Amino acid sequence: MNWRPSIFILAAAFLAVFLEASVGVFRHWFGAQIDLLPTLMVYTALTNGFATIVLLAVCGGLWFDSLSLNPLGASVLPLLGIGLLIYRSRDLLLREHVFARVVLGLMAGAAQPLGTLFILLNLGLTPLLGWASLWQWVVLALGGGVVTPLCFALFDRLHRALEYQPVTQTSFRPDREIKRGRG
Amino acid sequence: MLKKSHYIILIFVVLLMLALLRLPGGTMGRLKLAISGPFVALFGAAGATRELTSHAEDALTPRSELQRQIGELRRQNQDLQLRLQQDSQLWSENARLRAEAGWARQGRWKVKLARVIARDPANWWRSLEIDLGARDGLRTNLPVLTPDGALAGRVLNVGETRSQVILLGDPNLRVAAKVATSGLTNFETGIITANSSAPQEDGMIDMDHLSGNSAAQPGQNVVTWGVGGVFPGGIPIGKIVDTRTTENGLTTEARVMLAAKLGALEEVWVMLP
Repeated sequence: MNWRPSIFILAAAFLAVFLEASVGVFRHWFGAQIDLLPTLMVYTALTNGFATIVLLAVCGGLWFDSLSLNPLGASVLPLLGIGLLIYRSRDLLLREHVFARVVLGLMAGAAQPLGTLFILLNLGLTPLLGWASLWQWVVLALGGGVVTPLCFALFDRLHRALEYQPVTQTSFRPDREIKRGRG
Repeated sequence: MLKKSHYIILIFVVLLMLALLRLPGGTMGRLKLAISGPFVALFGAAGATRELTSHAEDALTPRSELQRQIGELRRQNQDLQLRLQQDSQLWSENARLRAEAGWARQGRWKVKLARVIARDPANWWRSLEIDLGARDGLRTNLPVLTPDGALAGRVLNVGETRSQVILLGDPNLRVAAKVATSGLTNFETGIITANSSAPQEDGMIDMDHLSGNSAAQPGQNVVTWGVGGVFPGGIPIGKIVDTRTTENGLTTEARVMLAAKLGALEEVWVMLP
């Protein structure tokens, strides 16, 4: 198994959680912080294997919860659910199309907070919820939809820059070369 | 598409997460600080970058502007020295009167400045991380103030070099508060809770359990009451915006605009015992 893509994805998840905790621009402008982990999960589930999906869900979720008042593990299970759902049906998805990526990002961005809140409420916790949470949910979903195609573009570029590219096969075959001239 | 080994891994992960979710508060807090440990280097780098930017700005500031600022700071310093002198006299007078009345001696607040290094990435909690920890004498439940001296929250979890602070407006932080309704002796008490109707407005909170015929009015100051053993009395919280009687008519609720701008905090004071 090639571990390089998995390491890139985990590093990106680490950086994403760091940015979510330290950059408050989106919170200031839109009243909600965008979550980048569902976006990464969409990319991982469409391009990587089962092990990377589990690693991203566990590491990304625990990193996120460790900087939050969420109980540890609250973000892991929804992320894992999203990843497995996409992974199981990825052969049926038109993953090369930007529109499909946007829709998947939108759905993942919307599903992740709902799943986490479902767990929090079942644990008897009282997160800050009200009518304004609907606006935050819309921002999270739209954020996921916008960022997902960008995430694909970024990783594709990284992949081209750092991975060996297969040599393209030409139609030239020496045994079938037409020799011209008198010789 | 999933193999048998995949299902075994999934069951293991789900069981592990369920076990983590059920961990007691203290253990979970320590585990969280351990898991977020690798972020320390990045937070340090981000802080260093901010400092560099600030130094670069200082270098670009014209000399005349710097001299104007120095002059202004000198004037402020003289003013504060004078106030400190008056305060010292008042303090000693207060201590003498307390001793004559047989009241407990009041100690001065000891505070330590901390830098905010991270905020809660989840939208449904209000918390932040600061760069002081057990090494600096911090422990749980210490009050946290803004640079202006208004209440910001309290310390929730303490690591060796970092601590997690729960902010006003989080559903898990309740503060006993009072409103001076008329004069110095008449006051009404209530409980500060999160404002659930507008959670994105981190400047607005609720004050519940005021009496049904409360005389609290918009514009009145809300401060900590000082009961409960966590927050000393008299720390500014905010101003009342409006009040309304609850459905059963027994109590009054007030909306309070926080004195602290919690969304823009970069530094905080931690009150040490």
